[in-house]
Amino acid sequence: MSRENGLKKFTHSKLFLPLVSLAVVLLVNLIKSPAFFAITVKQGVLYGRLIDVLNRGSEVAILAVGQTLVVAVSAGTDISVGSVMSLSACFTTMLLAGFGVNTTNTIVMPLALGILAGILMGGVCGAMNGALVAKLKIQPMVATLILFNAARAIGLLLNNNQITYIRYEPYKWMGNFLPHVPIPTPIIVAAIVIIVVSLILKKTALGMFIQSVGINSRASRLVGLNSTMLCFLCYVICGLCAGTAGMVASSRIYCSDSASIGLNYEMDSILAVALGGNSLGGGRFNMAGSIIGAYTIQAITTTLLSFGVSTDQAPVVKAIIVIAIVVVQSPVFQDYLENRRNRKASAAKGVA
Amino acid sequence: MADDVILTMRGIGKTFPGVKALDNAQLTLRKGEIHALMGENGAGKSTLIKVLTGVYSFETGEIHMEGVEGNMINHSTLEAQNHGIATVYQEVNLCPNLSVAENLFIGRQPRTKFRNIDWKTMNRRAKEIMDGLQIECDVTANLENYSIAIQQMVAIARAVDMGAKILILDEPTSSLDDNEVEKLFKLMRDLRSKSVSILFVTHFLEQVYAVCDRITVLRNGSFVGEYPVSEMPRMKLVQAMLGKEVEDLNEIANSEHKEVSDEVVVEAKGISHKGTIKPFDFTIHKGEVIGFTGLLGSGRSEMARCIYGADRTQTGTLKFEGKELNAKNPYDSIQAGMGFLPDDRKADGVIGDLSVRENIILALQAKKGMLHPIPMSKQIEIADKYIKLLEIKTASRETLISQLSGGNQQKAILGRWLATDPKFLILDEPTRGIDIGTKTEIQKLVLKLAGEGMSLVFISSEIEEMLRTCTKLYVLRDGQKVGELDGNDLTQGRVMAVIAGDADKKEEKA
Repeated sequence: MSRENGLKKFTHSKLFLPLVSLAVVLLVNLIKSPAFFAITVKQGVLYGRLIDVLNRGSEVAILAVGQTLVVAVSAGTDISVGSVMSLSACFTTMLLAGFGVNTTNTIVMPLALGILAGILMGGVCGAMNGALVAKLKIQPMVATLILFNAARAIGLLLNNNQITYIRYEPYKWMGNFLPHVPIPTPIIVAAIVIIVVSLILKKTALGMFIQSVGINSRASRLVGLNSTMLCFLCYVICGLCAGTAGMVASSRIYCSDSASIGLNYEMDSILAVALGGNSLGGGRFNMAGSIIGAYTIQAITTTLLSFGVSTDQAPVVKAIIVIAIVVVQSPVFQDYLENRRNRKASAAKGVA
Repeated sequence: MADDVILTMRGIGKTFPGVKALDNAQLTLRKGEIHALMGENGAGKSTLIKVLTGVYSFETGEIHMEGVEGNMINHSTLEAQNHGIATVYQEVNLCPNLSVAENLFIGRQPRTKFRNIDWKTMNRRAKEIMDGLQIECDVTANLENYSIAIQQMVAIARAVDMGAKILILDEPTSSLDDNEVEKLFKLMRDLRSKSVSILFVTHFLEQVYAVCDRITVLRNGSFVGEYPVSEMPRMKLVQAMLGKEVEDLNEIANSEHKEVSDEVVVEAKGISHKGTIKPFDFTIHKGEVIGFTGLLGSGRSEMARCIYGADRTQTGTLKFEGKELNAKNPYDSIQAGMGFLPDDRKADGVIGDLSVRENIILALQAKKGMLHPIPMSKQIEIADKYIKLLEIKTASRETLISQLSGGNQQKAILGRWLATDPKFLILDEPTRGIDIGTKTEIQKLVLKLAGEGMSLVFISSEIEEMLRTCTKLYVLRDGQKVGELDGNDLTQGRVMAVIAGDADKKEEKA
């Protein structure tokens, strides 16, 4: 009985459907090519499709963390995160290489400082978005549209309208491998971001406050919550996440390609939040769901590529899969299933 | 089906996760009657209506309606409307920025031969409808220009014009004043004579006796009985609703707490809020209960909000326990030891998608600050304490508060403030829209808290409630304090006189 209850609790939990979606995607791979799950060690580092999913999904997972908070607190989305990634990357490469330098083998500033500055740049962008949304009450989509357009261009400006290459070995670490560590660094970075934010949510009342403001900001104000400050804070965290993701993306290709870094990532991060079973109407949120959502998106992409679907056509198939997942999770469909189950149950009772 | 019966609901059952909302509920409506649906909070009145109008599905039972073959199951309110069942809620579901005529004909506007809206015909027919129901208004003016009462009547007129045979009025009188209520009743009697059946949900016993023909009482989701109003004395009705003998409300003795200590808790001088409240003074002592009274819109709530700091004051000073308090926002007031239960429970009180536990501990957590989270074990302890103390009916402490009935939500919000252990608590309409049993409990609680040394402001539309609980009454009119009553002046007649303004001249003379 208790086991049955446990199972029921699990199937009714908010994480159930996101997990099932991810599992189904992985299962398809298992049937098609069992090699998908093979993890091998080559030249001292881990290889395999599964590692690939975790590795490539890092940026979206990091973005999803921040995006979840923004959606929860303001019932809106930050569509500037992709551009902010690009700006952060450009800012860091400018600092490391020096303004106007096209390609360099040495850096003019300590690496850690440069990366920290890039992450903080994300925070500054987040603060600007936050001020517009929280203080001036501009609709989130409009407020973040400004940086969505401008950030990428500012980045290009910082790099003197060219792509700056940092051919300095340690710069590649963050997006590839640390010496003597078999796990790709992006996975570690994503894990750190997730753990840090989870700890903040767990060890403070921030999580409850964010949800409270997102659900009913008037009532929240009357119980003494500073809705403006909380909303601002979420945008800053989201910006910091975008900065971090930008560092990873830039390190992967050891340059700041302002046109391609973070391109369309804002959409993937929003999709991750939605796939995680979170309402884009704000309020209650489920961080774990968003992260699972992020990796689901990556799993779909990797699967399609491994099936030989061309990169040009992949979005079509991806769209179909996403529709299926979203429909299955929709309340209307869930109600339909629930009703069917109830009817069957009462029919069975009637027979007995 | 008997000739004059238009609707029967039999053996209706409906389960929500963890709660049996309806269990063998029944209802019989006859043609051309006004039928009251009564019961405590959580008795299942709203659920029964929602089952009838297709908002909820139901598991067991049958609904039969005249003119509909077999068991009638509505899947949406639209389907219910097509069957001739219309609902008018307390919050009017119309478009305030459209004209009265547009609201009456929305979705079914008369057209000219060019398929344009035929404004002339529409306005003429709207005028006819409103005249027919003897409601005076300009049909071309925007709906928002009219009082809630008129807006409700427009909603009713629309329903009737669309051929509603059954009209459900869900707490229509909660935000109306006596005059408006009388107008609404006139309209209801009018419709009764046109053989429309009206199902009237209300908490006001007086109104049931004023306008209804029959009463159906529900308790804990089950049918208790159906009675003709003429054969049902008030006391018996209350007993049927509560399922137990009630102590007479009048037993709540006012005299016990007449003595008030000299210790001043809050002293406000000349505080005001631009546009709503003219400068006023306010002093409350330890253990004192002060009531604010006045007509709707007189500024009762605004005055409370000024004292609490929910609206920033433009002039004046406020001292809390002798120290100057310049509250920039509610956070400052809470830190000082104030609490405020707002009158609009839905918009300003409950955080719907949070659990009962979270709603209860929220203010305390805000007071402690974000960086000092209350440990889960402590949260559970606090939540359980107030669920028990206030007898909040909930499936569990983790149930979302939005799934609770109105009165139980109100109790949870009350628990939220008690958990912060305030020295000064403002309760704005804590008894609105809740059943008589809970009302009594809340009034008793107010007196108990005052006895323990808490200072309270108690605001209610029902003067009797305030006369029972308060030691002093502030009377407001048009955003201004026009009188302070205490001691022997605390009688209904005297309060009415001051509200109406008759007393002013006498006082000036004296």
